[in-house]
Amino acid sequence: MVSSTEPRAEGTPGGGAPRQVIRPQWWKRGVVRMAASRVALNALALTLGVVFGMPFYWLVTSALKTSQQIFAMPPVWWPNPIVWDNFPRVFTTAPFGLYTWNTIQIAVPHTIGIVFSCTMAAYGFARIQWPGREILYGITLATLMIPGVVLMVPMFIIFRQLGWYGTYKPLIVPAFFGSAYYIFMLRQFFRTIPPELSEAARIDGASELGIFARIILPLAKPALAVVALFTLIGQWGDFMGPLIYINKMEQYTIVLGLFRFMGDRAHETDWGIIMAASTLMLLPVIAIFFFAQRTFIEGIHMTGLKG
Amino acid sequence: MAIGLRLSPRERRNLLWGLFFTLPWIIGLLWLLLYPICSSLYYSFTQYNMVRPPKWVGLHNFQYMFTDRHYWRAVSNTMWFVIVAVPINIAVSFLLAELLNQKIFMRSFWRTVFYLPTIVPQMAAAMLWLWVFNPFGPINGTLARFGLSAIPFLSSPAWVKPSLTIVTTWICGGNIVLFLAALQDVPMQLREAARIDGANWWDEMLHITVPCVTPVILFTVINGMIWAFQFFTFAYTITGNGPGESSLFYAVMIYDTFVGTRMGLAAAMAWVLFLIVAVCTFVLFRTSARWVYYGGD
Repeated sequence: MVSSTEPRAEGTPGGGAPRQVIRPQWWKRGVVRMAASRVALNALALTLGVVFGMPFYWLVTSALKTSQQIFAMPPVWWPNPIVWDNFPRVFTTAPFGLYTWNTIQIAVPHTIGIVFSCTMAAYGFARIQWPGREILYGITLATLMIPGVVLMVPMFIIFRQLGWYGTYKPLIVPAFFGSAYYIFMLRQFFRTIPPELSEAARIDGASELGIFARIILPLAKPALAVVALFTLIGQWGDFMGPLIYINKMEQYTIVLGLFRFMGDRAHETDWGIIMAASTLMLLPVIAIFFFAQRTFIEGIHMTGLKG
Repeated sequence: MAIGLRLSPRERRNLLWGLFFTLPWIIGLLWLLLYPICSSLYYSFTQYNMVRPPKWVGLHNFQYMFTDRHYWRAVSNTMWFVIVAVPINIAVSFLLAELLNQKIFMRSFWRTVFYLPTIVPQMAAAMLWLWVFNPFGPINGTLARFGLSAIPFLSSPAWVKPSLTIVTTWICGGNIVLFLAALQDVPMQLREAARIDGANWWDEMLHITVPCVTPVILFTVINGMIWAFQFFTFAYTITGNGPGESSLFYAVMIYDTFVGTRMGLAAAMAWVLFLIVAVCTFVLFRTSARWVYYGGD
C-alpha cells in the first residue's frame, strides 16, 4: 500500500495546484499520513495480538498460581510466588499419565490408517485414468458436506453390534477406510506432480504399484507429513469420539479425562490442576506447530481453492 | 459389465488399478457413509432403545419433535449461531488477514499468534475460556477494579451465545490463512489503478479486494455453516445447554437424545439436520454465480 503510492508522488510536484504550494514538500508527499497509518496499523496489530494471546497468558499464569491467587480479587496478573506444584498434582490427583498413553494408543494407529487409506485413494483419483473415476470423486467431494452428527447414531449401532463399544476400535478402524477431506488434499498435491514422470516409468516397465511406491510417495513426503500432523493433532484433541465410545475410566483419553475430571464435584474448583492439565495438553501441539509451522501453512494452502 | 467388455486392454488395466487404489475408500463410503445414512433414515421411522428391536412408528418421531418446545429452542439457538457467529467469524478473519497482509512490524510473529488458537485442542480452549469468563477472570476482574459490574458471560441467557461467539471468533486462524492467500493473489495493477483514480481504502475494499476474494468467502460460508449447524464441543463443555436452554444447540440435543437411547428420535433429528444443511448448501451454490467472481486468468 505504502510503497505503491511513492512513485506517483515523485511525479506530481509539477501539478501546480495552489493548495499544494502552501504545504511543505514532505506533507504533500503524504509522508506524515504514511507514517501515521503505519503507526496505526502496528498499534492495531499489537492490540489485537494481545487480545488474542491474552487467554493463553491467563491459562499459563493461572497454572503457576497458588489457589488463593487463582481466586484473588482483583485478579493477579503475575503469579507471586510462582508455584510449580500444580503440574505434578495433575498426575497424582488423576491418572493423566495413563490418559496420555491411551490417547497415543488411539492417535498413532488412527494416523497411520488415514495416511495409508487416503494416499491410496488420492493416488487412484489423481494419477490413473479410469472410467467411473470422476463420478466417484464427485461423490467423495459431496460427502464433505455431510455433517458428522448425522452419522453418530447409525455408526454407534454398527459398532455396538460388532461388539466394539467400550474398545478403541471404533476410533481407529474407520481411519483405514479413508477421509474425504484428506483424500481431496492429497489429490490436489498429486496432481501437481508432472504426469510425464509416471509415463516414463511405465515405458520402463514399472508396475503401477512400483510407480506409486518408488516415484510418487517419495515426492509426496511433505504432503503426507501435513496429513499426518493434522490427523495427529485432531486425534489428540478429539472429544466426541471418545465421549461416545469409551465407557471405562481406565480407557479415557486425555481430553475425556479432563472433561470428567472437571465434572467431578471433588475437583470442581481445583482450577490450578485444570489449568495445569490444559497447559500440558497444549504444549505438544504448540511444540509440533513451531517445529513444523511451514508445513502447516502450506498444508492449508494445499487444500487450495485454486485446484 | 457390458461396458467392461468394450474396454481396451489398457483401459481395463487402468480400471483395475484405479479400483485397487480406491478400494479402501470405496468400502469406507459404502460401510461408513452410505449404509449409516440409509439405516439412519430407517431408524428415524422407528422407536429403538437398543434393547428391543426397532419398532416401526411411521412419522411419529417427526411429529414428536416438531411439536416439542425444546426442539424449536435448539433450532432457533442454532440458527442464531449460523446467522450471527459465522458471518462475524468470516468478517473478522478477513479483516485480520487484510491487516496481516500490510507491511507491519513482526508480521510473521503476529500471523503465528492469530493462527495458534486454531490448533489448540477444543477441550483445552473450552477450559481456558471457562476460566477467562468466570467472575474471577481477567475481564471481570478488570471491570471490578474500575467499579463496574461483572459481565455474566456464561450465567445470563442473553450473554451465553455472544460469549460462545467470542470463543469461536478467537479460532479463526484457518480462515485467516485462506484469506491471506487470496489477498496475495489480488492483482496489484487493479489496486494501483484504483488508487490513481483517487479511491480510498473503503472504495478499494468494496470494489476490488472483496470481489476478488469472493471464492474464498463462498468456501468459508459453506464450511462455516456446516460447522455451525453441528456446533457441539464448546456448547457441551462450556455451558452444557444452560442457562435455561439458551445454549441448547441442535447437535447437543441430538447427543442428549442419543444418550437417552432414543435412537429413532435422534436419527430423525439428525436426518432433518442433514436436509437443512443440504438445502442451504444447494441454495448457496446456486446463488453463488451472482456474487462470486472467478478471476479471468
